[in-house]
Amino acid sequence: MTTAHTKTSEGYRRISIDPVTRLEGHGKIDIFLDAEGNVAECYFQVPELRGFEKFCEGRPVEELPRITPRICGVCPEAHHMASAKACDAVYGAELPLTAKLLRELQYNIFYVTDHTTHFYALGGPDFVMGPKSDPALRNIIGVIGKVGLQIGGEVIKCRSWGHEAAAIFGGKPVNPVNAIPGGVSKPLKAEERSRLEEICRFMVGFAQFTLQLLHDVVLSNKEYLDLILNGPYCHRTYSMGLVDEKNRTNFYDGKVRVVDPDGKELCKYSPSEYVQHIAERVEPWSYLKVPYLKQVGWKGFVDGKESGVYRATPQSRLNVADGLNSPLAQAAYEEYFETLTGDRSGKKPVHHTLAIHWARVIELLNAAERSLELVRHPEITHPENYRVVCEKTPNEGVGIVEAPRGTLTHHYVTDERGIVKKANLIVGTTNNHAAICMSIKQAAQGLITKGVEVTEGVLNMVEMAFRAYDPCFGCATHSLPGQMPLTVRVRDVDGTVLSERSRD
Amino acid sequence: MGANVQGQTNGKLKIGMYWASSCGGCDISLLEIGPRILELIQIADVVLWPCVADFKYRDVADYPDGYMDVCFYNGGIRSSEQEEIARLLRQKCKTLIGYGACAVGGGIPALANFKSRAEIYDVVYHQNPTIDNRERVEPEPLHEVPQGELELPEFYPAVLRLKDVVPVDYEIPGCPPQADRVWESIQAVVSGAVPSRNAAVRVGCFDKTVCDECSREKKLVKIKAFRRHHQFRPEPDWCLLEQGILCMGPATRSGCGALCLKADVACEGCYGPPANAEDQGTCMVGALGALLDAPTEDRAREMVAEIADPTGTFYRFSLSSSFMKLAK
Repeated sequence: MTTAHTKTSEGYRRISIDPVTRLEGHGKIDIFLDAEGNVAECYFQVPELRGFEKFCEGRPVEELPRITPRICGVCPEAHHMASAKACDAVYGAELPLTAKLLRELQYNIFYVTDHTTHFYALGGPDFVMGPKSDPALRNIIGVIGKVGLQIGGEVIKCRSWGHEAAAIFGGKPVNPVNAIPGGVSKPLKAEERSRLEEICRFMVGFAQFTLQLLHDVVLSNKEYLDLILNGPYCHRTYSMGLVDEKNRTNFYDGKVRVVDPDGKELCKYSPSEYVQHIAERVEPWSYLKVPYLKQVGWKGFVDGKESGVYRATPQSRLNVADGLNSPLAQAAYEEYFETLTGDRSGKKPVHHTLAIHWARVIELLNAAERSLELVRHPEITHPENYRVVCEKTPNEGVGIVEAPRGTLTHHYVTDERGIVKKANLIVGTTNNHAAICMSIKQAAQGLITKGVEVTEGVLNMVEMAFRAYDPCFGCATHSLPGQMPLTVRVRDVDGTVLSERSRD
Repeated sequence: MGANVQGQTNGKLKIGMYWASSCGGCDISLLEIGPRILELIQIADVVLWPCVADFKYRDVADYPDGYMDVCFYNGGIRSSEQEEIARLLRQKCKTLIGYGACAVGGGIPALANFKSRAEIYDVVYHQNPTIDNRERVEPEPLHEVPQGELELPEFYPAVLRLKDVVPVDYEIPGCPPQADRVWESIQAVVSGAVPSRNAAVRVGCFDKTVCDECSREKKLVKIKAFRRHHQFRPEPDWCLLEQGILCMGPATRSGCGALCLKADVACEGCYGPPANAEDQGTCMVGALGALLDAPTEDRAREMVAEIADPTGTFYRFSLSSSFMKLAK
């Protein structure tokens, strides 16, 4: 919280947005207006540090896949998998096919659940309710009140089935524990596989439905389309994402590809090479570091080909990919690029920040289709090949996955007993830190000018610049005001009803 | 301003959820109560929940004292801001509930309590292999820019529990708390069915240990040597501790349903110490004393020395509650 005694220089006025909301984590925006009422400067601060990189030291490395998911309880699977992959590398473990399939399946199902919550609870409220609508209703509860119980019911089902799937793999619905160095802790049983296939089939249909909803509610609305294409939300930056050997997006495994603002490949690196490509700056006004591309160099919080600022978002992943690995998502990919750049091949990158929401829904479909393919793989239920025993002497390893919010890198160095000596983590949102600061400032400068009344709605439109990147969780998707009759009874310990309330 | 809230007397309860030094997993877990949340929102309005709703600190500061009926606070206290908000919420709510392992015992972030602020800054901002920081910049509590000052909360020397800074009425353990327990707690608190307030009474858990909830077979054999999970294939359905994997089950309060064990992975102790105990590590050492196959004290000492990371194992979620000293 900015306290009252914090000094603002003469001739300026400060507007604070504190805390930023509908995201995962903490943040604060300070906008400084000059005497005219134009935006002079704008700062996005992250007021928190926990120090995981330090306190991972001294821990047995195989425990980090369980410790590091607590970096983010909204996308714990991403840390769980990146950490387990770093452990595989530390032990030089070669995973059997079944182990890889199980991890990738678990991860893709998680993607469906995660992108669903982001689309309906994070991006959704700003578009469905309207950017300047009543803030008390501009959330998932308001959204479902507006679109109705039927759609809401599907959203709830997708999330709760997603969490059921997570528990089949990982024990707990939040913070899975099953990925261990060399594979996973248990094989998948035939009856579990059948249930998962049913869940995946539903998810493919749900993803198609969501893409249609996006078309109907957002893209068919001229005002919104204009905001996406012509609003103060666009930066020509480098793009980063994980690709397979055919340069198609892969969330779980592959090489990191970076393309420049025109779509030309800058580099493609293996996890172990990340240090040659990424550097991180420290700013005195934030606890969060600022990564940039080493080859290009740091030129400040600016975009363009000469600036090492990059983005790692769903849109960036589409920008770096030559295509997607599933048919329906590939068609959606082509439509996306055709609409936004005029070239359906995807060779020209998209830079419209608010179009990240659209890219996210295409990924939702891709992850659902990929899950269905993996769950039908004949080797997925092999009773033995779900892991190997780690026998080599541990030393150093890097693991990378695509977290929903960006490329996630875990790097560990251990002693010969596998006790961690050093840990370095570059997490999803951190990649986008510079771009987020820039986008917030761009939105503030575009929206707040001399003579404009700075309303809550205008400030929310500044926050929309941030939300496009860091899909919060908004898992309030369970909260469903709808048409069904409901009664709640409050009982005492003996079961006696103390009070009862019903909806009319 | 959260329009339809302040001053309105629609007869519904006012509830809030706040996150401090935490990960967001608690916020997710509150939603895991599933369709039952429908029942909750019939009787309650959300008036603070940064993760999902657009209420700001300013709105909360404008609420009258005691405006919120129930406020859940997840995360430990690592910064001056988190302490400040804890005090603000204590003032604005009637019932304050510490929600999740971090609020209750510091949780995973409290593993940093053995490291000083200088050591943490050194690794995070100077030593990591990707760092480009020749000017040795570090985050500053007050940083001057041409337009004025930018303020960052102070990074405290250690993670504190919620009850270390304000009186807490109830605590719900777990990382994160499991849905059924959360729902039972909400019902109990709302109906006034739990005994006393202002005493951090633990709810949302049972009075036994995770071992009592675990369905794996106990053959009643003693531990011959400690082993690590990635180095062998444990037998399915047999107690992992008896197979030599350090499982915190005997020293962990029940309530989760032994979910990790169902995935063939040892308990890591997230529900904290059993009823009537405060120091989880001491409980575990006591439990191990009876379980080791060590005919002599020397052998017992040898076996204990094989444990790779006693602190991070025995106090993974409760270092802020332990009797052990903090780093300065």
